[in-house]
Amino acid sequence: MREGIRLYLRYISISARGQMQYPASFILLTISGLLATGGEFLGIWALLHRFGSLKGWTLPEVALFYGIVQIAFSISDATSRGFDAFAAMLKRGDFDRVLLRPRSSALQLAGQELTMRRIGRFSQALAVLLWSASALGAIWSPAKVGLVVASILGGACLFFGLIVLQATLAFWTTESLEIVNTVTYGGVETAQFPLTIYRPWFRRFFTAVIPLAFISYFPALAILGRPAPPVLPWIAPLAGLLFLLLALRIWQFGVRQYCSTGS
Amino acid sequence: MRSYWAVVSARFRMLLQYRAAAVAGFGTQLFWGLIRIMIFEAFYRSTTASQPMTLPEVVDYIWLGQATFVMTLPYYLDLEILTMVRSGTVVYELLRPLDLYSLWFSRSVASRAAPTLLRALPMFVAAGLFLGLRPPASVASGAGWLLALLGALMLSCAISTILSVSLLWTIAGEGLVQILGSAGMILSGIVIPLPLFPDWAQTALNILPFRGLLDTPARIYSGNILPGEALPLFAHQMAWTLAFVALGRLLLARGTRRLVAQGG
Repeated sequence: MREGIRLYLRYISISARGQMQYPASFILLTISGLLATGGEFLGIWALLHRFGSLKGWTLPEVALFYGIVQIAFSISDATSRGFDAFAAMLKRGDFDRVLLRPRSSALQLAGQELTMRRIGRFSQALAVLLWSASALGAIWSPAKVGLVVASILGGACLFFGLIVLQATLAFWTTESLEIVNTVTYGGVETAQFPLTIYRPWFRRFFTAVIPLAFISYFPALAILGRPAPPVLPWIAPLAGLLFLLLALRIWQFGVRQYCSTGS
Repeated sequence: MRSYWAVVSARFRMLLQYRAAAVAGFGTQLFWGLIRIMIFEAFYRSTTASQPMTLPEVVDYIWLGQATFVMTLPYYLDLEILTMVRSGTVVYELLRPLDLYSLWFSRSVASRAAPTLLRALPMFVAAGLFLGLRPPASVASGAGWLLALLGALMLSCAISTILSVSLLWTIAGEGLVQILGSAGMILSGIVIPLPLFPDWAQTALNILPFRGLLDTPARIYSGNILPGEALPLFAHQMAWTLAFVALGRLLLARGTRRLVAQGG
């Protein structure tokens, strides 16, 4: 385990140094990521400005939802590039080389790249979250801060798990199934707002099939002091971790029955 | 003119090869549009005050945006030109007995129009039958929409050709394009319909070129802007298009003067 972590750190430090070889490109791409998500938040602000509230939810409250899910996604987006580009790797036959090395394939893929420019989206979302935290006023306790952090980590695990599943499907299809983007990008868009605003079938989908509600909606209820089921909000972020572990099990199953394309 | 048409049709046929990507993109966009619509429904149910757009108009606006944004947002860089500049084969482009600006402009027209046709037609069917997209408000609105869409395509290509030309100076152009794309996204109406921005922002939004890409056609379609009021908007699209074409030609003339072709 310890050696695995050391190897991972070594992988990503190489990747980071590589990306820093093109500083101008890095800075421009980072700014653009910051602007893109900044633009989305500008849209949310404009809507709340015009409509006053969203079914009783205020801007600082919506900003909490926004901050949690956007930070979570930026973390997963920065660390999952190896799985994201996996279908192409499979097609080239490069995955065979990964299998030859005496380390787990998941570790090697995760270590492929740490996408540095995601710091743009991350810092924009962090700024929104901090603003929300101060605008919400005196609701904070150490336990609630911990719950925010746990939700972010749970969310990052959930999105990472989805990308692992997408990569796993490529064992059978050798194509990247773009359709999974529907639940990753769609999930991010969805979780920017409290789940109560959506239609019932849609809420059920993002609670029972993709456990998105557990990493943002339920914890946020407890943080904002809204009526919530007892204990559930405090353990809900674990659902993200469980989802990732499940996804990795399915991944291992895929690796075991993998048969090279021979190219 | 015939040769530019040949460029358009060749690129068109090439891009139509990628049907699987189009199907996946289509499903993603339908789902996305559905999420957006639910969000707007919730906002409209939160207030009784009258708004500058009705909810059905917003629904039309969302679907039109989803159906045509590939065509009208100058978000995608021509990757082949990027490769040409990086590898140096861009000098071959100078050897062709064609006007380079017109050549790149036609490439851009083709690479936008082809995927849009693939996406827009099924989306009109699916969204029109099941998901709340209405037909154009009137025959005149429909005609005005088509005209505005053509204007949007030209405007978008004029902007994107400038981006291609900018690659002659900086091959970090990818970042520049994305910055422009991000700004263009919010200012064109794809994030939220422009009339829903605060009233004090409307003057600026109306002057900037980006509304011509998406906001103008969508509002003419739904009757939010009546065909009789549309004339100044066509003029707005055209004026910006001409300005960007002029700028693009100027930059290209300067850029090619600096270009040095090394040996054989």
